[in-house]
Amino acid sequence: MLDEVLAPAALENLHNSIAPVQATTTRSTCPYCGVGCGVLASANGAEVIGDPAHPANFGRLCSKGSALGETLGLGGRLLHPMRRQADGAFARVSWDVALDEAAGGFRRIVDEHGPDAVAVYLSGQLLTEDYYVANKLMKGFIGSANVDTNSRLCMASTVAGHKRAFGADVVPGCYEDLDEADLIVLVGSNAAWCHPILFQRIMRNKEERGAKLVVIDTRRTPTAESADLFLQIAPGADQALFCGLLVNLAKVGAFDADYIRQYTTGFESALTAARNIAPSIEATAMSTQLREVDIAAFFELFARTTRTVTAFSQGVNQSAQGTDKVNAIINCHLATGRVGKPGASPFSLTGQPNAMGGREVGGLANSLAAHMGFEPANIDRVRRFWNAPRMAPREGLKAVQMFDAIARGDIKALWVVGTNPAASLPNANAARDALSKLELFIVSDNVTSNDTINSGAHLLLPAQAWGEKSGAVTNSERRISRQRAFMPAPGEARADWAIFADVARRMGFAGFDYGVAADVFREHAALSAFENDATRAFDIGGLARLSDAEYDALEPTQWPIRDGDGKGRARLFADGAFFSQGGRATFIAPAKPTLATTLTKDFPLRLNTGRIRDQWHTMTRTGASPRLARHLPEPFLEINPSDAADLGVEDGGFARVATPYGSCVLRAVATDRQPAGHVFAPIHWTDETAEDARIGALVAPFVDPFSGQPESKATPAIVTPLRFARQGFLLSRNPITLPEGVWWTRVAVADGYGYRVAADLSDDGWTDIIRAASACEDVAQLIDETKSLFSGAAFVEDRATLIWALAPVSPSWDLALELFARDRLDQSERLSLLSGRSGRQLTDDGPLVCSCFRVGQKQIEAAIQQGCRSAPDVGEATRAGSNCGSCRPEIQRLIKISLAAESAMDLAREDQTSMKEGASDETVGF
Amino acid sequence: MTGLKDCSSREKLVVVGAGMAATRFVEELTNRAPDRYDILVIGDEPRLAYNRVLLSSVLAGELSVDDIELKPRQWWRAAGVEVLSGRKVIKINAAARRLLLDNGESVDYSKVALATGSRAARLPIEGADLPGVHVFRDVQDVEAMSRLEGRGARALVVGGGLLGLEAAYGLARRGVDVTLAHVMDRLMERQLDAVGADILRRLVEEKGVRVLLNANATRINGSGRVENVEFADGQTIPVDAVIFAVGIQPNADLARQAGLDVGRGVKIDDGLETSESGVFAIGECAEHRGVCYGLVEPAYEQGRVLAMRLAGQEASYGGSVVSTNLKVSGVRVFSAGDYLGEGDARRIVCKDPRMGIYRKLVVRDDRLMGAILVGDTNGAADILDLIRSGADISSQCDELMFGPPMREAA
Repeated sequence: MLDEVLAPAALENLHNSIAPVQATTTRSTCPYCGVGCGVLASANGAEVIGDPAHPANFGRLCSKGSALGETLGLGGRLLHPMRRQADGAFARVSWDVALDEAAGGFRRIVDEHGPDAVAVYLSGQLLTEDYYVANKLMKGFIGSANVDTNSRLCMASTVAGHKRAFGADVVPGCYEDLDEADLIVLVGSNAAWCHPILFQRIMRNKEERGAKLVVIDTRRTPTAESADLFLQIAPGADQALFCGLLVNLAKVGAFDADYIRQYTTGFESALTAARNIAPSIEATAMSTQLREVDIAAFFELFARTTRTVTAFSQGVNQSAQGTDKVNAIINCHLATGRVGKPGASPFSLTGQPNAMGGREVGGLANSLAAHMGFEPANIDRVRRFWNAPRMAPREGLKAVQMFDAIARGDIKALWVVGTNPAASLPNANAARDALSKLELFIVSDNVTSNDTINSGAHLLLPAQAWGEKSGAVTNSERRISRQRAFMPAPGEARADWAIFADVARRMGFAGFDYGVAADVFREHAALSAFENDATRAFDIGGLARLSDAEYDALEPTQWPIRDGDGKGRARLFADGAFFSQGGRATFIAPAKPTLATTLTKDFPLRLNTGRIRDQWHTMTRTGASPRLARHLPEPFLEINPSDAADLGVEDGGFARVATPYGSCVLRAVATDRQPAGHVFAPIHWTDETAEDARIGALVAPFVDPFSGQPESKATPAIVTPLRFARQGFLLSRNPITLPEGVWWTRVAVADGYGYRVAADLSDDGWTDIIRAASACEDVAQLIDETKSLFSGAAFVEDRATLIWALAPVSPSWDLALELFARDRLDQSERLSLLSGRSGRQLTDDGPLVCSCFRVGQKQIEAAIQQGCRSAPDVGEATRAGSNCGSCRPEIQRLIKISLAAESAMDLAREDQTSMKEGASDETVGF
Repeated sequence: MTGLKDCSSREKLVVVGAGMAATRFVEELTNRAPDRYDILVIGDEPRLAYNRVLLSSVLAGELSVDDIELKPRQWWRAAGVEVLSGRKVIKINAAARRLLLDNGESVDYSKVALATGSRAARLPIEGADLPGVHVFRDVQDVEAMSRLEGRGARALVVGGGLLGLEAAYGLARRGVDVTLAHVMDRLMERQLDAVGADILRRLVEEKGVRVLLNANATRINGSGRVENVEFADGQTIPVDAVIFAVGIQPNADLARQAGLDVGRGVKIDDGLETSESGVFAIGECAEHRGVCYGLVEPAYEQGRVLAMRLAGQEASYGGSVVSTNLKVSGVRVFSAGDYLGEGDARRIVCKDPRMGIYRKLVVRDDRLMGAILVGDTNGAADILDLIRSGADISSQCDELMFGPPMREAA
């Protein structure tokens, strides 16, 4: 497991091996992280490869993107609108009935309780057009800004930080800066796993140009392993480090005084605040728990390297002081004038494929539309543009507050679109309980079952999935790319924007008569330019008059693209022109670093959460890929070996990790990558894929005061060891229902389901599970009472339909996975399944010749080959015939046969030689 | 004393019986002490010693009688051993150290080794002596059964142990319509547990042998010749021949007459000596520590130990851990030691009934106590060695069960 955790992200470099683009190939973008890589999909997604022409990735894809073709099946897919019946089960209804119910329900609750009694919770997976129509419906027509998105859990602190510093939510730089920088500082970013393509660009820069990489993280991640300097910082201490940096930059005179004077404001108070927080390297070391020498090295490197990019991600954002952290970083770049210049910029690495698009649209509770806020002039402007009857007058409730309001009963209707808050919100158990109180609970999604749907959803609306839907997404460098459909939508699945538009129309609203996604996009683009006059950063007026065909053919483009601009801009702010009052950037004085929670005797450890390399979010898509499941198939807890020893937790054993909010049972991984006092667990597992691993349920719900983003990476926790009498796996062609008391996690395997299990069940308990799951007569099995081990397989016509292995120590399943993927297994392969190894199997010795010493014919033949010419010789070599001797006649017969065969060969060889000689004679004759 | 050399310089050793035990004993002894004894071997079968284990192969037509001869005549001659075939010792006069032969002659000895073997048992039921009722013990029996050859002949083998299975298989190979009736609920119950026996039954049935379990033959009917067999459950099976394979009885009559201590067999001590000084016994006629072995391997061990002792070497016999091999081609069965492993023993079982494979190891305190291998008997020799040695096997269970791991290609 250790090696797996350390393995860098697999990259598929398709530059040189790319197949000629077929007529049926569709250019689109990957639906995973915010890098926004271009892909080429063959018809129906049989093959998905990187798009060499896309400037985000130039043909490369990471492991997740490379496996997209494996994730397009219809297993578990929501194909029709469904309504929950009185008995709790879902029954199919028509779109007509479903849309009426959604529209009527929203209408009724708004009429009875006011617009703020309804809410929409969106996703960074949605396309810009989906976001736009939902946002318009809520903020312009229903009259509530209770529109928030899972981006709140991801990027909100960066949005707030950008707005405070730049006056707008703008990423000043571009990916090329990662190629051109001489110093790249990664803060709170495991880019090697979470943004692998950008990380490879960084690594290439390192190799080819000698750029230095500094990694600042609480965990020694695979990213950290590649760093020139790794600063393993205390959680929550980032702004202390960057305050210390600002102070040090002042001390060494590394400021760009002209830039500060010309383009910024608030410098002095920010520097004063920084001096209060981190007056010296010693003080910085105290706050950050870093070595002074490392801090000094970092400061020195930063001070002297003009081309510096500081890229940051969830380690910065997911904090109760995330916005201050963002600004502490930006302060250092403003002070050195390193903003929006080639190879020099602060750079936010976005989590989701279209979090940026959602931000552009205004799909967050604290923004109105097209980067406009709730100032009266903006409300009026948008009202006029939309011809909106009932504008939301103020900011709505951000995600955590929204679910609090649901729990209080203030919000009575919720529409969740393309996300899974019952798993991903902090304090997720409370969120789940809140959901069950809703009067109307609508879910638009691709799946029939997830933790949110199973928290009491009333109405399920089937949405188009990646590969079926069509629209726009924006990546981390402000680049708008087209996501295009390459396969038909199954069943009755529809585009999310179309579903919202239909509900709007049924609620009686005008202005939702969109025919195609391009109609929505043009309106969105027009709004961005409406009365803009370069006062708002987000302006894509240059795309407002695209024809349908031009929209379909739209090349990846960076905004802003003002009307009349031929193309967008790669970088902003090199020469000021910020979007705040007076056009100056603002230095922000950060608060003193502190975490939202304190450790106690009962909860003495810090629980950090994050991603793993080969899974995405709650695994609804990556979880369908057998290949991706091979990397880290189980939910796990990383813990420092000294903590593990103190707590009695065994490496490879199990641990219960508990916080004041909830608990999980995870596989324990003792590793010094994790600092003492800190544990880490990945976020991907839900009740769909594991028995007890919803990590969101453990996360404290404390949020940043500016961004509303929760502190997901530092919840006080306690870890206790857990042991199970047996553990192992089941591979099945069909899903298995496991009884209470069995720890399990499920992954996709070839043509089936893989379960990793552990429990204290009796032999009979396991036998019952296996019998129920196998349900056939042809069973091979191994029962080893000495090791409490049993393994086996059930077959139908030589194909394994169920494979199991259970032992006190987890048996390896690699061989079983390989054999499970085959259509036919022979006898030795059946035995391999039982032995768990592919070694020399039984019955290889040929027919038995010597009974006394159990020597087979093949062994004897081998001895003869090696020169044995008599029965006693063979006996010497193999023991055969050396006891009762009754096989000696047979041994002699075997000798005779093989000697005869040899002399026949010799004869044949002689014949051949003479024929050759004859032939050459003939040749000579010619 | 016609034909017997008078070599007064050498001690006179007489071996009574000329089977496998006798042959191995003589071979071991002449190797160890070529000139010490003047050896005479007296056997009642009219041929040189042969490998009785392979009689089933002869019955199956896979080998001829000549093929199974243990040692050619030249070997006996070269070893300086005199062999009297077709002669039977009918009396031992231990006091006079003299044997009486069935032709009235007598032979003096200094030492005598009894290797008289055993005889096949017959069920004491009505009709058991009718013509067409056979046992499966020697070449004559095989020759008699071989005459059944031919389409339509029907035979009933009574007894589902090793011998019965081999007889049934041999007959089936000859095209005889064979039914095997076993009184117990499973085949080879002395060597196999229920699961192993069930897999064996299926394998045997695939060879064309009909198997009846819980089948208690009560009566053989026929006027002048076997016609049918009645069973306790009332069914009657028409047959042309009946072969009893219901066990063996040690041939201990000679010893009993001579006043030696005899239980089921001739009682011997760890030096293979009977209650009479100078009189030894080995093989199936002997009873050591209350055990009469019916297998060749203990007989060989006994023969070797006795040879060593008579050659003046230190040796003693402490009993044998026996193993069983079924000699039916394509049906591999091995069983040894505590094959059931009841009580606190731990069992390691690998079974794949459809592939006809069953392997069971019985382990107690990390020591191998017994094993059953059906269908796939690879590794049996190592397993038997480990049962005998009592070595710690905790680190090699997997290898014992599944064979050594494949070496990585270089």
